[in-house]
Amino acid sequence: MWSGVVSRGKRLRLTDLDGGSNVSMLLYNALERHERYNMPDTLKGQHIFYLRAPYCLHSDMGRLLASITADMVGWHDTVCGHSDAARVLAKYGEHNYQQAHNDWYRNGRDCFLIELAKWGLGKKDLVPNLNFFSKVVSNEEGALSFVPGNSKPGDSIELRFELDALVVLNTCQHPLDPETEYKHRHVKLEVFSGDAPALDDASLTIRPENQRAWANNETYHNLRFQLP
Amino acid sequence: MTESPLQAEAATYREVIPAGDWWVHEIKKGQTLRILDLEGNQAADTLFFSAADPTERYSADRTIQEQAALYLTTGTKLMSTEGNALLTITADTCGRHDTLGGACSRESNTMRYAHDKECMHACRDSFIRGAQEWNVELTKRDLTCNINFFMNVPVTPDGQLSFADGISAPGRYVEMKAEMDVVCLISNCPQLNNPCNGWNPTPVEVLIF
Repeated sequence: MWSGVVSRGKRLRLTDLDGGSNVSMLLYNALERHERYNMPDTLKGQHIFYLRAPYCLHSDMGRLLASITADMVGWHDTVCGHSDAARVLAKYGEHNYQQAHNDWYRNGRDCFLIELAKWGLGKKDLVPNLNFFSKVVSNEEGALSFVPGNSKPGDSIELRFELDALVVLNTCQHPLDPETEYKHRHVKLEVFSGDAPALDDASLTIRPENQRAWANNETYHNLRFQLP
Repeated sequence: MTESPLQAEAATYREVIPAGDWWVHEIKKGQTLRILDLEGNQAADTLFFSAADPTERYSADRTIQEQAALYLTTGTKLMSTEGNALLTITADTCGRHDTLGGACSRESNTMRYAHDKECMHACRDSFIRGAQEWNVELTKRDLTCNINFFMNVPVTPDGQLSFADGISAPGRYVEMKAEMDVVCLISNCPQLNNPCNGWNPTPVEVLIF
């Protein structure tokens, strides 16, 4: 699990080192932590049920938190949430710290709550999260199925932050992953500097909604910070 | 589709919520809440909280996870953030209710439609006022991804998502039995920019048995 503030314009690259990893993530405006990643606005703003490049991660205030600028996977789950202690116990059995020390079984909810607390956040701030590298599809009746093998060793995804964001993540297994064995899979995090998006940037032009949200980001930054 | 054996005349509480208004009320364990779409195609944006501890609240992702399915209908357990069933849907004459569409807000209206739609009334403002008027003051932080009863948000196998015309009609209802004491917060959606209310927001009625 990890959390940190990444400033506007920087890129975060996540690389699935082992294949089959899952990265559960939540995002907040670092300066106004009441503003947070919003699953419904992300989906209905872009008319899509999953995420891939060049789509964006929307906040609940009509703004963009981040854009997906590179993606070797092509499908990332947005709706299935995270595991909790009861689910991990029922699925994988007892494997506590006393027995296993740092090979113990973690769960998504505890990892989120631990990292959120370090920034003054808690249960009220825990909302439906993203699951990078995991694919879940729906049939016409809405029944969901997990698609194994979605992400291969070395696959990566890159996010460009569109405002200063608090990033909270963990690598616990996806809650619908049918694998019966608990896996400690490894993900590399790297942060790079980068240029601001051009007006013809693919993430902004893919949907008119993203262009209007980007304009809201510009207004926010112009009001809050010194004009360039 | 499952009809209810309960007769409306037997309800101990009835209230009509006009479009654009909010309603907040406690439902005791064992009581049944019916939401009735009076004129058809009206989205009732709904949140539930544990009455004993409102930090425990409806969770869209836990509800989806529990049934490994997106839509709500008879038999669905509405799950909390703590992994408990808040209510169970016991009757449904509409057939499908949305978990993904969330609530409209003035801010998201600027993103979705146009910047000059910012002034139009939206569900989140109703949710905020309803949350502030509950016995324990709740705030924006307490407002999570809600249920949209009577709303149709189809997802295709290739991952497209749209807001479609409602599948509800006048007189259709959904009924749910409380598994614990819960607080129900409804915003009767005022949205005029998409077909979720059939372009004409109308009242819904709530009944408690």
